[in-house]
Amino acid sequence: MSGMAGMNRELFHLPEEPHHPEGSSTMLGFWMYLMSDCLIFAMLFATYGVLGTSYAGGPGPRELFDLPLVALNTSMLLFSSITYGFAMLSMTERRQGAMLAWLAVTGLFGLAFLSIELYEFAHLIHEGAVPQRSAFLSSFFTLVGTHGLHVLFGTIWLVVLMVQVRLKGLIPANCRRLMCLSLFWHFLDVIWIGVFTFVYLMGMLR
Amino acid sequence: MSAAGHGHGDTAAHDHADHLNEEAHGSRKGYWAGFALSVVLTAIPFWLVITRPLTAQATAMIIMGFAAVQMIVHMIFFLHMNRRAEGGWSMMALLFTIVVVVISLSGSLWVMYHMNENMMPAMDMSQAG
Repeated sequence: MSGMAGMNRELFHLPEEPHHPEGSSTMLGFWMYLMSDCLIFAMLFATYGVLGTSYAGGPGPRELFDLPLVALNTSMLLFSSITYGFAMLSMTERRQGAMLAWLAVTGLFGLAFLSIELYEFAHLIHEGAVPQRSAFLSSFFTLVGTHGLHVLFGTIWLVVLMVQVRLKGLIPANCRRLMCLSLFWHFLDVIWIGVFTFVYLMGMLR
Repeated sequence: MSAAGHGHGDTAAHDHADHLNEEAHGSRKGYWAGFALSVVLTAIPFWLVITRPLTAQATAMIIMGFAAVQMIVHMIFFLHMNRRAEGGWSMMALLFTIVVVVISLSGSLWVMYHMNENMMPAMDMSQAG
């Protein structure tokens, strides 16, 4: 027994700090950030779930939503997901030019998504369906707008990383950053599945 | 457990690195499979809602099921989630988040629904009186 205890003490009090290569915990840390971001979206979904039927005599989802437009938007995000995946594959094959090309394509799909969303918002506001019209519209603009802001910042991050790779090449730090953005980008896609299902499709069923 | 004990060996460390690489970035086949699945899993709910071959309730249940499956597909093929990533901590964090999300979502909807149900008659009565 005493021998075991002595061994444990040695294990818990290491003479030297274990060596971790630089950035070895970045991916787990970034995953933790994404999980906390997930909680923000959960709160916004809950708010929309509670307030989504309070129209205050204003327009409802049926009058406002245009499903073909939402389908087009969804396809933009889906395409951007697979092109980002191809960028990551090019990164592992160390083909910098191909990777930058795929990143550029991904960024264009992201911009297309944002343009379509802005067009939709402008159309809603033009019809008088502004955020302050009803609790339904407030929670709708907050939830969808927060997702849109994430995509906007993801696109800015993507451009910054393209410049970084141009300047310094595929160094380990840049590869790590690209993997973080990969998680971020695909995570936003998962959130969008919730948005198009619970906001747009379920809204049309009411 | 014994595999973890041998983790310091050169071959084991090399295997581990290769393994991580493969798992962290996926393969071309994996991305195509994930993409094809998500196209199908997106197209069917949109088709169901636009053409409405079923009742509203049945359609709602089916599209929620499709959303759940598509989220899992994205987690596996695009986010490369598995029980071994980051020594299992990614999965732990994910499971914890799912528990919190389910509690907060279902709790909010449940509590607020019943609050609305119970508030309405009182408000009507005050208007009548």
